[in-house]
Amino acid sequence: MPRRLLRDGQIVEDDWSYAAEARGDAAAPLILTFTEWQNERDAWIARGGRLGVLLPPGHKAELLAPDISRIELIALEFSGPSDGRAYSQARQLRDHWKFGGELRATGYVRRDQLFFMARCGFNSFELADADLEHAASALSTFSWAYQPSNDAGLPLKPRYRRPDIPASA
Amino acid sequence: MYRYDAVDKTLVNERVAQFRDQTRRFLAGELSDDEFRHLRLRNGLYIQRHAPMLRVAIPYGLLSSTQLRALSSIARRYDRGYGHFTTRQNIQFNWPKLEDVPDILAELAEVEMHAIQTSGNCIRNTTSDHLAGVTPDELDDPRPWCELIRQWSTFHPEFTYLPRKFKIAVTGAAQDRAASLVHDVGVHIVRGPDGELGFEILAGGGLGRTPIIGQVVRDFLPRRHLLSYLEAILRVYNLEGRRDNLQKARIKILVRSLGIEEFRRRVEAEWESTRAGGLTVDDAEIARLRSFFNPPAYRRLPNTEPAAGKSTAFRAWYRYNTTEHKVPGYRAVFISLKKPDVAPGDITDAQMELVADLADRYSFGEVRVTHTQNLLFADVEQDEAFELWQSLEKAGLATPNIGTLTDMICCPGLDFCSLANAGSIDVAKLINERFDDYDYLYDLGELEVKMSGCMNACGHHHVGHIGILGVDKSGQEWYQITIGGAAGADASLGEVIGPSVPKSDVPETIARLLEVYVERRRPEERFLDTVRRLGVKPFKERVYAAPVAA
Repeated sequence: MPRRLLRDGQIVEDDWSYAAEARGDAAAPLILTFTEWQNERDAWIARGGRLGVLLPPGHKAELLAPDISRIELIALEFSGPSDGRAYSQARQLRDHWKFGGELRATGYVRRDQLFFMARCGFNSFELADADLEHAASALSTFSWAYQPSNDAGLPLKPRYRRPDIPASA
Repeated sequence: MYRYDAVDKTLVNERVAQFRDQTRRFLAGELSDDEFRHLRLRNGLYIQRHAPMLRVAIPYGLLSSTQLRALSSIARRYDRGYGHFTTRQNIQFNWPKLEDVPDILAELAEVEMHAIQTSGNCIRNTTSDHLAGVTPDELDDPRPWCELIRQWSTFHPEFTYLPRKFKIAVTGAAQDRAASLVHDVGVHIVRGPDGELGFEILAGGGLGRTPIIGQVVRDFLPRRHLLSYLEAILRVYNLEGRRDNLQKARIKILVRSLGIEEFRRRVEAEWESTRAGGLTVDDAEIARLRSFFNPPAYRRLPNTEPAAGKSTAFRAWYRYNTTEHKVPGYRAVFISLKKPDVAPGDITDAQMELVADLADRYSFGEVRVTHTQNLLFADVEQDEAFELWQSLEKAGLATPNIGTLTDMICCPGLDFCSLANAGSIDVAKLINERFDDYDYLYDLGELEVKMSGCMNACGHHHVGHIGILGVDKSGQEWYQITIGGAAGADASLGEVIGPSVPKSDVPETIARLLEVYVERRRPEERFLDTVRRLGVKPFKERVYAAPVAA
């Protein structure tokens, strides 16, 4: 059964495969491990087709900077419930390296973290089915934010731009 | 003080709803213990020795009388009639039921309070000088900046799953009353080269297993860049702090292993990116936040001598439990939570009610929590001090010991905490029993005794003039003593005097240290300064010269 995930607020079937799951369709969108990408970068580019890369936690975002316009998807991994490195990697990819493609959260991804992930620039989420049904509503956990971030697609009101704030109730 | 607007209110209410749902899912078996642990910890909820412990945030220690009444009501209805103030200006309830916590949070939200980020590996409550805005030695009021940091750090999407907890303290005075040098980040208000107000930023201080004094990352940061600079520090830490070993995960270890120069270089490089990200604080926002901390409507009063002609008891209290105020005719008044037979920092629901009423009557309806686990009325008319004292005295809140040996900082210890190796509260009691002669205490002068029940150092023992650390020795509670530590602007770490001592010997050990001090001190010299001048040796020799008689 194809993987389902939350992308841009909608539950969709995943049209990407990780290299290990690929089923032989040479042109299918493929997510490479960082090592696969790094070792045979030129061959992957020559292959054509849509390319994504999984950047593990602990790897610097700038490693992907030279190819930021060629890569269509970057997957960042949360290795467990206390691993928060991918939040910062995401901010760097979006804010500093201006990555405009799909930024995917993988690994330990639960609905309770979704709001924060989305605010850091993730727009797709690999979630267990139990969480998937509730995931879209998790994106509206809070209706305001105290700090600017990468909020594309969230129904958020920015608290930090003063003129928007209504007077005290 | 800061008052919530509609946005702040919406956010705390949404947090209550979120946590209510998380608690429901846990109780229904939809979340495992471990999954729920990560969620509840970001809401101040620990599972402790006897019951859950709920830590409620008191941003930079400021409470309105209304908020204090709400805390009193929570203590009475959900706890066993008391609360415990901590060294980071928060309050802890030791006996709530897990299933009641969402309702407690809802009641707190009614009075603009919460437990957001009071535990867990995230940015904790920002703490500050309890004398902010009233102390004559202040360059600028730190509270508007604390509020700015409070808002920025609340639900910060990037920094909610840090390698370890992260504590920020802000001070604006010559004397550091917020222990900022032993915080992950210390923010000092300073004047820049052109006389402009800005910040000195320190990082990498901390206590715990590896005590380290913070180092300067930037000696002058213009005000408008405060948040973008903090964001750069946090990002470097979030990406590069160690996650493989909890004992080495605080930012102090990262700063130490990189060295301050390399750490600074990385922060400054990251800052190039964060300062472009909309975090610049404009003058209008600074002015708006400042307006919440305008001075109250002081009366024009002369300075008086309220203690003249009064009883010895009142004179002692006035001398030790009040301090100077920058406005003539006013004093700042400490409410001692260090009564000898009460656990340091504890207060009953009835006392909280009374303090709230007295705050309304004598101090513009505002109460502050101090880093030393006492309360403070910041703005008391000198001529009303006597009346106030009478009311406090009746309620057991006027122990005249602020700044003396028995004004001890003390963690909850083995009695409550599941981390502790040894008791703290009972040792405080033994010390109080031994040193019950106020003339002697006053003669000893300024003396900070700080006690922790384990290496985590919640009682800040490393920076006590006398530090006491509980250790487990083959199942017995023993205590390691340090001397010469200090938490202020001249912060230093105490030195261990020698082998640890059994619980019953702690008072005698302290007595011997003090004997040496009394014999060898110079006029007006504090215990701390005598230790600094003489070194540990003479103290050590006296302590271990003869066994303590049984």
